[in-house]
Parts: sequence; structure tokens; C-alpha cells
Amino acid sequence: MNTVLLPLLVAAPLLGAALLTVLPTGRLARFLLLGTSAGALAAGLALLAATRDGQVYAHQVGLWPAGVAIPFVADTFSALMGTTTALLVLVCSAFAVATGEAERRFFAPLVLVLSAGVYGALLTADLFNLFVFVEVMLLPSYGLMAIAGTLHGLRGGRTYVTANLLTSTVFLAGVALVYGTAGTVHLGELAGAAQDSPVVAVAMGLVLLAMMVKAAVVPVHGWLVRTYTAPSPAVTALFSGLHTKVAIYVIYRLYALVFDGEASLLWIGLVVFTATMAVGVLGAVGETTTRSILVFHMVSQIGYILLGVALFTELGLMAGIFYLVHHMVVKASLFLSTGAIEHVHGTGDLERLRGAARGQPLLALAFLGAALSLAGLPPFSGFVAKLTLVAAALDAGQWTVAAIAVAVSLITLMSMLKIWGSVFWGPPPGAGPAPELGPGQAPEAAGGTATAAPAATRAPARIRTGLVLPAVALTAVTLCVGLGAQVLLDLSAQAAAHLLDTSAYVEAVTNR
Amino acid sequence: MTLAITIGVLIAGAVYLVLQRGMVRIVLGFVLLSHGVNLLLMSAGGVSRREAPLLAGGGGEALADPLPQAFVLTAIVIAFSITIYMLTLAATGKGDDTEDAS
Repeated sequence: MNTVLLPLLVAAPLLGAALLTVLPTGRLARFLLLGTSAGALAAGLALLAATRDGQVYAHQVGLWPAGVAIPFVADTFSALMGTTTALLVLVCSAFAVATGEAERRFFAPLVLVLSAGVYGALLTADLFNLFVFVEVMLLPSYGLMAIAGTLHGLRGGRTYVTANLLTSTVFLAGVALVYGTAGTVHLGELAGAAQDSPVVAVAMGLVLLAMMVKAAVVPVHGWLVRTYTAPSPAVTALFSGLHTKVAIYVIYRLYALVFDGEASLLWIGLVVFTATMAVGVLGAVGETTTRSILVFHMVSQIGYILLGVALFTELGLMAGIFYLVHHMVVKASLFLSTGAIEHVHGTGDLERLRGAARGQPLLALAFLGAALSLAGLPPFSGFVAKLTLVAAALDAGQWTVAAIAVAVSLITLMSMLKIWGSVFWGPPPGAGPAPELGPGQAPEAAGGTATAAPAATRAPARIRTGLVLPAVALTAVTLCVGLGAQVLLDLSAQAAAHLLDTSAYVEAVTNR
Repeated sequence: MTLAITIGVLIAGAVYLVLQRGMVRIVLGFVLLSHGVNLLLMSAGGVSRREAPLLAGGGGEALADPLPQAFVLTAIVIAFSITIYMLTLAATGKGDDTEDAS
């Protein structure tokens, strides 16, 4: 494979975004948005095929000597993450097209710039470039957050910008301290540096702290659960799949590379991430809207994913990476299926949505599959993910952690049944006031629900197939991954092997 | 030493302002915070060597480290754009949390 093509994964979406800002919204713009996302997915799959057997590709931009140039590296882990990211961007864009949101001015270019930032953050091997790419990812998110234009969205947007700006500044301070203590920000040269010098470890700890805030680890998860309910469902699904997951990727990468898996610090991770699992799921119990329940579950699942790095065994890392990919797909599917209901009915409130999705078998299947997968039931990918993770925890002798992980799964299932029982299985809508119209609601839905018939005989609003298909596609992916888990397990094992033994990565990026 | 004290004062002021209720004060706090962190980045390259990093400028002992300066330049641009955006957020949507609670 020609490594010159690596930076193209960042450049092509940026170019697409530039074109989209000057094009009028319409069919051509939609095609460009979906086409660029599909192209990135194809590139991700090609990269995954090329790195499948443990090959690491590195490119020094501008062919400057290693150490001076901006390095782009792709190994199995980053290729796996890149492919999943591309899949989510494509599916969420399709959902945004179906809701008509993609017609908003600057929506499509912002999504593409966001995806370019994510690819850059996954591929870069330089701490300062990582900061820049994370900012490239966040700046369009600020715009997407405010694009809804409602007061609630704006309030969420303020909190979101403030929390993320503070974290980014802490991240930057960490980068400054790393440069001051280690004399470099090149990941290849930083390999093992934190184990050699405690000063570098403290500086790197600041970077990891910033990343943990971005990943919404308890006790710094408050910003996430209060802001992710503010934007539209498509944007929430996109954010949930990309933002926190990039932070998790960076935590995995930096701890493996710079700390070299230092065993004496792992107990901090075990305590914090187990607390994250438990607090997240308990927070969801008291919530009353579909999206806030799902957002709290996201916090809980982040605890599971990061448990892999806290165990730092081969099995643990493999389980964590498998869990990460599984979670990105499943969570987006849940946000999209409940988002379709929310879009048509204009509310996510469980009480008002009672029985709203009756007579929607396809949507019900999509939600049920993803919900069972999230809770960890066979034959979905969540079962394999949880099983390997619990097995890894038992293997490492962490009995308490394994027990809590299993208990949290049960509460997760209970919470999913709460949404299921209310929205899909509740008594048919009849009594009670007609649902209010949301700000971004499509006109045909307005005709269907609010004005048609008296409340007692009102038929449930039909949800168009275009809104349902994205969620169905993602649920199909989690089912396929669950049935053919060996393929993804092998890829995760390969990625984990490179995190345990970083020499191939360092060799490729430093050209030695 | 002067640099360390300056960074400390900037960050202290920033923390005070960010903890206020008004959005504009929070924005000003972030301006101070980014100044403080930019100075931290500058100091990471060493402050004793200050010659311009040009080829004719002398040996490695006298030249300033150009890399942190490039970092700071990038960081300033990013902080500036976000400041503008936050000021826009502060100006739109009245009656939110912009009034002073004191």
C-alpha cells in the first residue's frame, strides 16, 4: 500500500466540506455528503484489510525526515476505529437526510469537517497534532450543537463549549509540560518515557486527565449527561459515536505507548472505571426521557470499555477494543431508533410516548435488537463483548470488578425494558393530550398526529421507512458481529498485541 | 521566575472568572486561561536562549526553540476563534444565565 494516501483520509472530507459550503443545498449536496462518507468507509475497509496481519503503515508528510515531519500512522487499532467512524458518519448522515436536517445551511460541511478531525486524531502520531485534530473535531461540533436554534439547544451548547474548552486548555497545558520535560511531543520518541521519568509521567497524567474528562468518566461525567440531550437525535448519535470514543482511543494508545502499561498505576483505573459503570447505570434509573436514559447508559458503557486498559492484559485489551467497536455501533442504533420516534412525535418523554411505536414492527425490531445487545444478551455482539471482558477480569483476579460488571448489565436490561415497555408496548395512545410539535418536526407528521382525529380514535403516527432504515442497518451490523464474532475478535487481538508490544508502531513512525 | 509568577497570576484570575455566573465573565476567564497556558507552552522551550532561530543567528546555545513558538501560534488562533464563538453564544438567547447572581 502506498502510504502517501494516508493523509488523504483527512484531506478528502475537508475538500468535500469546502465544496459543500459553496454549493446550494439540494440533491448534489446530499450526494456529496453521503458519497464522501461512503468513500471514507471504503478507504477504512481497505486500510483494515491492509493492516489485518499486523502491518503498520507510516507516512511522514512532505517526506521530511522522521522526527521533523508530521507523522501519520495506521495500525489495526486505528484502522478498526476509522472504519467504524466512517460507518457511523454515513448512517447518521443518511438519518439527517431523512429528517430533512441535512438541508440546513452548513449542516453537511460541519459533519464532514467533524469526521476529518476524527480521522486525523486516530491517525496522527504527534501529541500536538492530536490537540489540533481534537480541536478540528470539536469546532464543528459547537456549530452543530447550536444549529437546532432552540433555547434548550443553546443552553446545552453553552455548557458544552465551556466544558470542552476548559478540557482542551488542560490538554494543551499537559502537552506543554510534556514538551518541557521530555523535549519532544513525537509519540515514537515518547515511547516508554513515562516509565523512565516520573516527571514525564506527571505531565502525561495531565493529558490523560483531560482525555478522561472528554470521555466522561465518573466523577467528571456531568457535562455529558446535561448536554447530549440538547441537540437533534442525529447529532447526538454522531457525537456519541465519535467524541468520547476518540478520547477512549487516545487513553488506550497513550497508556500503552508512553506509560508502557505501567502496572503500579492500574488500580486507579480499576476503581474509577468501575465507579463509572455503576454510577452511570444508576443515574439512568431516575430519568424519564428516552435520550437522557440512553446518555446515562453511555457513561456506564464507557466504564466497561476503559476497563480493558485498566486490566492491561492481552485478553483485557482485546475485550476492551471489541467492546469499543460494538458500543459505537449499538449506541448509535439506539439513538437513531428512539430519535426516529422523537422526530415524529416531537418529544422524548416516556409518559407522553406511551404506546407511540405500536404497529411499527421494523422500528421495534431495530430497538429491541440494539437494546438486548447493549445489555449483553446473545446472539448479539454485546454478549461476546461482555463475556470476554468479564472473563478477562476474572483472569486478572479482579472478582469484585467482574461481579459489578455483571450486576450493572442486569440494571441495563431493566432500564432498556423501561423504554420498551413504555414506548413500544404501552397501551395504545388515546387518553391524555396530543403530543406537542417539536421545533424541527416534519410537516407531514404534524398533519398525522396533532390535527387529524380526536385523541380517542387517533391512529399512531406513521414513521417513514427512511427514518427507520439507519437504525435497522446498525442493528443488523451488531447481529452480524455477534454471530461472526471471531472476525472482529481476531482484529481486536491483533490491535491488542500492538498495544502490548509497541515496537512495531515505534519502528514504523521513527523510521528506524 | 517572572514567567512562573505571571502564569500563576493569569491562571488564578482565570479560575476566579470562570467560576462566575455571567457568560461574558466566563469568556474573559477563558481568555486569561489561554494566555496563561500559552505562556506555559513558551516556557516549555526554555527562556534563557532568546536569539532569533535563523541560520545566521549563532549556535544552538543562543537560539530560541522555535517549536513551542509555532505551538503557541496555533493555540492562539484556536483560542481566538472559540472566544468569538462564545461571545456570540453569550449575546444570543437572553434570559438564560447571563445575569449576575451576586
